[in-house]
Amino acid sequence: MSTASSRAGGTPQDSTTEEGLTPVIETSKEPAADRHGGVPPLLEVSDLHVSFPSEAGPVKAVRGVSYSVRPGEVLGIVGESGSGKSVSSMAVLGLLPDSADVRGSIRMDGRELLGLNDAKMSKIRGKDIAMVFQDPLSALTPVYSIGTQIIEAIQVHQDLDKVKARTRAIELLDLVGIPDPHQRVDAFPHEFSGGMRQRAMIAMAIANDPKIIIADEPTTALDVTIQAQVLEVLKKAQDVTGAAIVMITHDLGVIAGFADRVMVMYAGRPVENGPVDEVYYRPRMPYTIGLLGSIPRVDADERRALTPIDGTPPSMVALPKGCPFEARCPIAIDVCREREPELLTAPGANHPSACHRSRELAEGGGEGLLDPATIYPIPPLPEAHEIERLPREERTAVLEVDNLVKHFPLLKGAVFKRKIGTVKAVDGITLEIKEGETLGLVGESGCGKTTTLLEIMDLTGGQAGSVTVFGKDVREVKGAKARKALRRDMQIVFQDPMASLDARMPIGDILAEPLKTHGWDRARTDARIPELLELVGLNPDHSDRFPQEFSGGQRQRISIARALALEPKLVVLDEPVSALDVSIQAGVLNLLDELKSRMGLSYLFVAHDLSVVRHIADRIAVMYLGRIVELGETRSVFHEPSHPYTQALLSAVPLPDPQKERARERILLTGDLPSPANVPSGCRFRNRCPKYLQLNPGEQQRCESEDPQLHTLAPDHTAACHFAEALAVV
Amino acid sequence: MSTQQNVQHEPEADATPALLPPRRVGRGRLTLRRFARNKLALVGIGILVLLFLFAYLGPLVDKWGFDDHDFEAFLDGPSASHWFGTDQAGTDIFALTTRGLQKSLIIGILVGLITTTLAATLGAAAGYFGGWVDRVTMWFVDMLLVLPSFLIIAVLSPSFAKSTWLILVVLLALFSWMITARIVRSMTLTLKDREFVKAAKYMGVSDIRIIFRHILPSMASLLIIDGTIQVSLAVIGESSLSYFGFGIQPPDVSLGTVIADGTSYATTYQWLFWFPAGFLVLFGLAIAFIGDGLRDAYDPNSSNAKAQAKAIKEKGKSKGDESDEVPGQRVGSTEVLSQA
Repeated sequence: MSTASSRAGGTPQDSTTEEGLTPVIETSKEPAADRHGGVPPLLEVSDLHVSFPSEAGPVKAVRGVSYSVRPGEVLGIVGESGSGKSVSSMAVLGLLPDSADVRGSIRMDGRELLGLNDAKMSKIRGKDIAMVFQDPLSALTPVYSIGTQIIEAIQVHQDLDKVKARTRAIELLDLVGIPDPHQRVDAFPHEFSGGMRQRAMIAMAIANDPKIIIADEPTTALDVTIQAQVLEVLKKAQDVTGAAIVMITHDLGVIAGFADRVMVMYAGRPVENGPVDEVYYRPRMPYTIGLLGSIPRVDADERRALTPIDGTPPSMVALPKGCPFEARCPIAIDVCREREPELLTAPGANHPSACHRSRELAEGGGEGLLDPATIYPIPPLPEAHEIERLPREERTAVLEVDNLVKHFPLLKGAVFKRKIGTVKAVDGITLEIKEGETLGLVGESGCGKTTTLLEIMDLTGGQAGSVTVFGKDVREVKGAKARKALRRDMQIVFQDPMASLDARMPIGDILAEPLKTHGWDRARTDARIPELLELVGLNPDHSDRFPQEFSGGQRQRISIARALALEPKLVVLDEPVSALDVSIQAGVLNLLDELKSRMGLSYLFVAHDLSVVRHIADRIAVMYLGRIVELGETRSVFHEPSHPYTQALLSAVPLPDPQKERARERILLTGDLPSPANVPSGCRFRNRCPKYLQLNPGEQQRCESEDPQLHTLAPDHTAACHFAEALAVV
Repeated sequence: MSTQQNVQHEPEADATPALLPPRRVGRGRLTLRRFARNKLALVGIGILVLLFLFAYLGPLVDKWGFDDHDFEAFLDGPSASHWFGTDQAGTDIFALTTRGLQKSLIIGILVGLITTTLAATLGAAAGYFGGWVDRVTMWFVDMLLVLPSFLIIAVLSPSFAKSTWLILVVLLALFSWMITARIVRSMTLTLKDREFVKAAKYMGVSDIRIIFRHILPSMASLLIIDGTIQVSLAVIGESSLSYFGFGIQPPDVSLGTVIADGTSYATTYQWLFWFPAGFLVLFGLAIAFIGDGLRDAYDPNSSNAKAQAKAIKEKGKSKGDESDEVPGQRVGSTEVLSQA
């Protein structure tokens, strides 16, 4: 049952599994280097340059990328958006527009690919090199069935008749774990969930037994539990085909467990390149160090401020003369401004990095050396607000939600609509936020998080249950005036900072809007705006600029500034950092932390990223299909997750730590989140529950018939499972 | 600059009454500034002003009135006495053109404005509020679309015959806003669920404010383009009404009627057609230029206004400070900030 084996670089793990708890366990393979020592590289990219023409001059998207992949090896390419990681792989596939200027060399099995015409490339694409795209919905044609599309992919490269190709398509779907492939082969993309679409994409990618699979952010659009499933499938696909995988992602956690080697890219160039363990444990380039330090970790116990990398990546049109990272680098010296460093192996290091000072960067520091752990100034933890120092019982509640319900009728018919069902988006939620407290609400997409938020923000009271804000039941708040007064104290920050700011207003007007609405006069408003911009770390001069002149992180800061303009007591944050790059995300999280302590705010923080929630929240509520299944103090929920869903969720979060990640046992959930229109009887998690499978029939009967209620496990820790039992998974 | 620096160091500037809080540039001023940067739009405004001057000052200079007949000159080409020539009844074309232009300028601009305002307000209200507001408005829109507007104007025309011709403007506007309103409504339906509208709602901004501050500006391009088209359509529409004997009645003229009368002579006695038609084209061009300028000024994504904004910024940089253009608009220069 437990087959987690160790790798060469990893510490030998005695993979003890608690008896009868984990149904599916991730297996890891022998290190790639051992298996493929001396084998000539399959794909060799050398000195690749890509530039696109633009109004402002050529955009140098890729500036000298070289890498090679051996058969069966997994190469991870990480970098922030705009670092050229996707463009370089598109160049390999020959999918760049004609206007792109591509130079260098791309050789596969010794054959030069660059310069081949489209017809010749088409023979290679899909056959020798396959691609898995980020967004599985737009990568599949909506008007053809999944089967047709896979059969097409097979028939393009293989001489198979229709019947054989169809049989092969069914085999492939079965291989990637689509249940009931004989029927599903005729389903259309919209009938598949996101995770199943991505599986179908992988089935298509491996249809012709490719030598290389290029996966461009294959799991970014998916939830963590689905991400774990898809990564598993990708691994299986690799085992079956023996293909090499080039995995492009921004998620350092995914790479840690999946890749053999990793290449970090910045501003169109690789800045560090080496075996995963080397790069993660002994980084030699300040950017990599910063990136690793800026990720909140789900296994981090003590609360510490994250180390953000200041500034934003340079424009790819007008790159500075020296090192492109110089402006954001904490250890930049004069030579960094003069000359761009080459990707070289420094003495004492065993992997190349592009930094003038990489020889000085050694673990532990020492005489004349720099310790990677301390080169970034760690921002001080903000001092706790006086409210936060009070014991929880003595604080007043700012938000109480009691048994909130929101059902949507499912209607059918054009003229006469008749009700054919109910979507139970929110089905009885109870939570409470005290002053100066952060409650993290986590769950997969579709579990009703956002509906809960909107129900609270709408101040209408919902269909059943009650919402009490600052001690006032919202249903008793009558009239627009009283409601407006309540709104002053509760504000919201949305996920997408571009969509939540009116693109046609200068940010000065955006920030003035709440003030104006609540009756501030012009003079006071005008004085307040520069103050607000400074509060969130923006230049107060920029109030006459439009939102699109700012980067994503800056825009989110503007959103936060707007929410704080009226000095509210409660701020509702709907996935505030999930649209941001990790290095930027750290800055925003630190800002939220600091503002909370300074102003004594309470947050309702909704997110799907558990590591972010762990970093920021005091208490956590885990939501599944319209219900809270586990609720409690952050520490105890993370240490002793007791609901099987929480356990699965936590175990699916990848850790940016290769050895830990490889040694972890993953609880893989089967299937997808059921539709909230069709909630299972009894316990709503039972059809995906790993624990349910191990119960005896009598106990199973209880899960099927009785809806579990939240019951207390420890002070301030409740879970809704009949057989709740703590299990450490992080 | 010195006061501005002080503001930098003491954010609570309003505590000291001697210090004026920094002036913030709002959307209105910013749009105006961006509009003023657009040369073509300024040309458009120039043409429009000249057209008005021509229409109202022209008759003062010309010795012929629009209802005078020169029985010594029928269908004469442009000459010293008749600058634009005469028609078959000996009427001076210059006098007709100026008189017609007076009417058409007013009709065009008013109908354009009223139509677009009506369409924007009703369409957005229907889409935003939904429910019975939506149903009643759309029912009304559908009814107006089905009713033959031409017939109604024709039927109503006699009862307005004695009152001012401006009634015509109202009628024309009343029958041309529906399709735009439907487009506005459907765009509102999608905008309504955007996060910035929700954000405004959760801030406590009133519904009417949300419509005028967020929803309508977001479709400014559509409204402006529609407005410019409506202006030209109104001028043409009025002439076809006049042709059938409704609208502007002879002996009074509008540009539309003058052109309609001259069309058949376009190849033989060209001055009858080309002079009035030329002014209509000028009018249309001016409106189009202004519309384009407005759209670019409203749209922060417009590459046009952006490129210009950049150029100005660079100019400002080389000059050292931009604020000499619009004094007091900046809180302080970036140098001041970095020192602080």
